[in-house]
Amino acid sequence: MRLKGRNAVNSYQYISIFLALFIVTFFVSFIIGRYPIDIISLLRIFLSRLFPMSKTWNCTIEAIIFQIRLPRILGAALVGASLSISGAVYQGMFKNPLVSPDILGASAGAAFGASLAIYLSLNTIGIQLSAFIFGVVGVMMVYLISLRINEDPLISLVIIGILVGSIFTSFTSLIKYLADTKDKLPSITFWLMGSLSSIKLRDIKAIFLPIAMGIGPLYALRWKLNILSLGEDEAKTMGLDTGKIRAIVIICSTLLTATSVSISGVIGWIGLVIPNLSRILVGPDYRILLPVSILLGGSYLLLVDNIARSIITVEIPLGILTSLIGAPFFVFLLLNRGS
Amino acid sequence: MLEVKGLTCGYDRKMVLKDVNFTVNPGDMVYILGANGSGKSTLIKSIVGLLRPYDGSISINGRPIDGWSWRERAKVISYIPQTFNAAFQYRCKDIVLMGRTPYLDFMSSPSKEDKEIAEQAMKTLDILHLRDRIYSQLSGGERQLVKIAQALVQESKIIVMDEPTNNLDFGNRMIMLKHLRKCTDFGIAIIMATHFLEHAFLYATKALLVKRGKVREVDRPDSRPKRR
Repeated sequence: MRLKGRNAVNSYQYISIFLALFIVTFFVSFIIGRYPIDIISLLRIFLSRLFPMSKTWNCTIEAIIFQIRLPRILGAALVGASLSISGAVYQGMFKNPLVSPDILGASAGAAFGASLAIYLSLNTIGIQLSAFIFGVVGVMMVYLISLRINEDPLISLVIIGILVGSIFTSFTSLIKYLADTKDKLPSITFWLMGSLSSIKLRDIKAIFLPIAMGIGPLYALRWKLNILSLGEDEAKTMGLDTGKIRAIVIICSTLLTATSVSISGVIGWIGLVIPNLSRILVGPDYRILLPVSILLGGSYLLLVDNIARSIITVEIPLGILTSLIGAPFFVFLLLNRGS
Repeated sequence: MLEVKGLTCGYDRKMVLKDVNFTVNPGDMVYILGANGSGKSTLIKSIVGLLRPYDGSISINGRPIDGWSWRERAKVISYIPQTFNAAFQYRCKDIVLMGRTPYLDFMSSPSKEDKEIAEQAMKTLDILHLRDRIYSQLSGGERQLVKIAQALVQESKIIVMDEPTNNLDFGNRMIMLKHLRKCTDFGIAIIMATHFLEHAFLYATKALLVKRGKVREVDRPDSRPKRR
């Protein structure tokens, strides 16, 4: 059945469907929140930025839309897209659908790097850089250990990731232990749980370039990712310079993970859930999988963030919600692997 | 076309074969025969470049391929491993299309012409009906044919196969051999490892006997006319 449906719809149509989903989610997210904003005034306010229009709304609404909701919504979309594209390419590179930035130790490494930078009172760029360096260290450790283990590569990679992740988590705990309890400890702790609530427009400006630098090359290499996912020997004998592609994949996807972690903390599971869900929907071909993962990842985190800020009066940290959805999904994948 | 001279090869710390010499000409069907563990796969991996030889040279049309990039190699030699499992559920047409990779620029995807070449290769091997099937769900024989189509699409002059008939029943082995035979008619040379001796008598133009670290080149007996 699924195959038939897949033939009937071509890749462009798929991408348009997910693009439409993303755009709808994006705009609906502006309406959701404690302060009610109706869709008509939302549209009028947006259009007023493009065309001159008489002002029929009050300034509070405009301030909420542009100062509070816009940065947060852009943040959710960018972080969701980044985490899911990096999950998608890690899975191809490691030939393993069970890995993701958080399982591979990239997130834990980046979280340690960022905590360290916060502890040392570095600025935004310092936090991003430190998160990136330790993220790459984390992934490289997992990759190099995995090359030496030949048994059940699917599961052993997950275990190595957990080991490396726990090393970084210990270091992060050490930093929390050493941090000033009045000021730095709460900020590190709250940030580690994953939240988009404190995002400002200037944070978005700071992450935009690294995210574009991460997504661009991966998107251009999307066909080569198919070849890489066949395995080392096959890819080489099909003419792929695997060393070069692997280096680009590790650098770009870790840059995406680290950038996300540096502004929103550790939001787990997206990099696992979204690429796999996309693969179930549109198949494994990266030419379609990559754009669909980006759009679906953005929509997904927007949706989760909408729930986080509206379901109860206090805001729920995002990491909690994504784990509650992600962990059962991982069990589902384990039970269905091979079929 | 392919010339192997004084090749000594093996794994990191273990030398397996010593002083191997043979040549392969266009349209040849070369069988590598030998017991399990005799070094057939080692020889194959050295030919395709996955193992770096200790000593000796491998040249194609007189040019040693030692320093070639993977991309340059892939245009001349394609490799079909013993087992090939795609971790993800690719469709056959995409697996075949992947053979076009050495002809693509670093950041580009296959074009319409590439797709037509892939389609043509599937037609040649009578597997066009498999194009939308999922590769990992095919039978062993069908998978081998898809991999051969991929090698054709790669437009290499030499196809190297490691035990391609191992998991196939008699009927499928014959179908595969028939198609390989068709490839040699296009001037492609096939090199394959096997322990099915009887096939060597059917189609081989040359055999390499691997035993105790040595390889002996045996030409086809002249008494048997080349089958057409």
